[in-house]
This record gives sequence, structure tokens and C-alpha cells, in this order.
Amino acid sequence: MIALNVNRRQYSVDVDPATPLLWVIRENIGLAGTKYGCGMAQCGACTVHIDGEAVRSCVTPVSRAAGKIVTTIEGLSADLSHPLQQAWIAEDVPQCGYCQSGQIMSAAVLLRENSKPTDSDIDDAMSGNICRCGTYPRIRRAIRRAAQLMASGGAK
Amino acid sequence: MHIRWNWKRKTIAALLLGAASLWAGTGRLSTRGGSRVRADYPAGRPATVRTVSDDAAARAAFLAAAPVFTHPRCQNCHPAGDAPLQGDDSHPHAQSVKRGPDGRGKYGMKCSACHQLTNLPGANMPPGAPNWHLPPPNMRMVFVGRTPGELCRQLKDPSQNGGKTIHQIIEHVASDKLVLWGWNPGEGRTTPPLGHTEFAGLMNQWASNGAACPETAENR
Ligand code: FES
Ligand code: FES
Repeated sequence: MIALNVNRRQYSVDVDPATPLLWVIRENIGLAGTKYGCGMAQCGACTVHIDGEAVRSCVTPVSRAAGKIVTTIEGLSADLSHPLQQAWIAEDVPQCGYCQSGQIMSAAVLLRENSKPTDSDIDDAMSGNICRCGTYPRIRRAIRRAAQLMASGGAK
Repeated sequence: MHIRWNWKRKTIAALLLGAASLWAGTGRLSTRGGSRVRADYPAGRPATVRTVSDDAAARAAFLAAAPVFTHPRCQNCHPAGDAPLQGDDSHPHAQSVKRGPDGRGKYGMKCSACHQLTNLPGANMPPGAPNWHLPPPNMRMVFVGRTPGELCRQLKDPSQNGGKTIHQIIEHVASDKLVLWGWNPGEGRTTPPLGHTEFAGLMNQWASNGAACPETAENR
């Protein structure tokens, strides 16, 4: 049994410790917002946080998350109040949407560490998240908008 | 075969160098009053090396070890620029990964986002080892494009090697888990041209013979 804290809830899962965290999040816990794209740390669709740091959950053994705080797209905020969620909605970022939860989880780490990111900071933070629909210009705008929201205290 | 031949060639060069310094009266042998036979010299090395000066033996050992540093498994995380490298052609890391402020990547693109404590099974899966990182930007320890002499001087210089003594350098190459990963790099990756035991032995000889650096024109 492996004890996990996912989005502030405790779970106990009976899986092989080498099982990818993504499988556990989707199959055992039933949170399907995190997506499976490549399974080999190439696309970023599966990005979640462990203790606030982005990880590619498709290559992260669940054992690494034991005793840590896991946050998925569903846990970013309970009521869409996170500045990134508000900015994503305002900029109408998603096309098919498949990559977007990973994009937002990567952007969240960027804004936590750098509240006024430049274009090159955004490139450095987001270059591991592929969008096959090419929504990159809107993602960039949304990150800038989220940074402004945070600066003005317009969202928590 | 190639390695052995190389060793012979370099040994001959070291011998010539030793002989030249003796003749010039500047070698350490002449000041110490004779050569010493080193009981710790590993088996399989040409016996003649035991009688050359300490500096020449140190240089010969470092020259023999140097190709390990510039093998892709080692140099890919000791790049000249700000991006780690990948593959046997040492191309820049996919996803535009950057060194970051402490050598551990940036934002959501930190090394540990993908690299775990161990290699993952399967070809082209992220390799892993404890403490996966690059040298930090203020202590870059560049291996790419360095001559053996440059590598050697950098390795010895505490202002470039993270404040390490020679003894700590030897310990590092002998037992650091990330160094050892180079010889257990996961499916589909080549390993350095010498075994780790041989490499660590040569580095030990380099240190115990006084850690002189290669000085011939081609290796300087
Ligand atoms: S599914 Fe994990 S990085 Fe692509
Ligand atoms: S919105 Fe379709 S993959 Fe990004």
C-alpha cells in the first residue's frame, strides 16, 4: 500500500511502487484531467506537481510521491479562482485542450518563482510542453495576463 | 585495441618527456635522488613507466584517463553553453532544457521533472541517478572541447572545481553516483572507452604521482 496526498486528500493505493504516478492518478484515483501523451517525458501533457515542483507523471514512479503533496490540474483551485485558470478562460487558450492541463501546471511553477516573466522566461519554462494545436501565442498571452492578475491582487 | 595502442603511444611520449627532463637536470627524479618503483601501479601497464619521473607518470596517467571526460556520457552534462547535451553526437537537449541558476534546470523544466533516481527501462527513456544535475553557472567545469591539459588544469584548480582538493577529486571520480552512472547509462547508450575501475585507477595514479598536467603541444 502506498499512501498519497493528492489535491489535499489522502489516498491509499495498492500498486507496484514502480507504477507511473500518471496511471495511479487516472486509473486508481480517477482524476482524468491529467493526460497521457507520449509516456516518455517528451510532451509535457502529464505534468503534475510533487511538493510544488513540476514532474512528468508518466515517467515518475508512484513511490516518489509517497509522503509528498501531489497537485493535479483539479487541485490548482477548487473554484477556478487561480489566476492561471482565469487568464486561460479570458484568453480562450485551448483548441482541442489535450495539452492544456500540463501547460497550466508548468506555468504555475513559472509564476510562483517569477511573478514578472519575460518572453524568454516563458520560453524557458514552457519549452517542454508541446501543443499539437499550436496555441503557443495564446498560452504566452494568458501567462502574461495571469501575472498581471496576481500583481493586481485580482485573483487569489 | 585502439586504446592499448594509444596507451603505448602516450607512454612512449611520457618516457621521452621524462628522459628529456632528466637530461636537462630539471626533472623531479634528479632532485629526489632516484626513481621509485610504485607498488600500487596496476597490473598490465608497461613496466618501464615505473622508472620515469613522477611528473611523467602523472601526465601519462592523465592522458590515458582523459578520453573518459570527453566521452558523451560524461561531457554531455559538462557543456560549454547553457544547455545540457544528449546522445553520442552531443546535440543540445530536447525541449530547450537550460542549466538554470544552480545547475538543476529552470522553473518546471528542472532536471528532476523527468530524471528519476534510476534509469527507466526502455530505449530513449529518461536516464536517472541520484542528484542529476549540471555544474552550476558559476562553476561550469566544461569538458566539451577541452584538451587533456585544459581538463587537467581545470580539475586541479579549486577556483574552477568547486573548492575540491585533489583527494576529493579522486574520491569524486571513484564513488560519486552520478559519475558512476556513466558506466550504467541505461538502454541504448554507449559507455566511456575505459572501464570505471581502470579510469579511477589512472586518476589515482595521476594524483599519487603529483598530479602534473599534460604539457606537450598536442595535449596542452
Ligand atoms: S505523457 Fe508524460 S511527458 Fe508526454
Ligand atoms: S490545445 Fe490541442 S494539443 Fe494543445
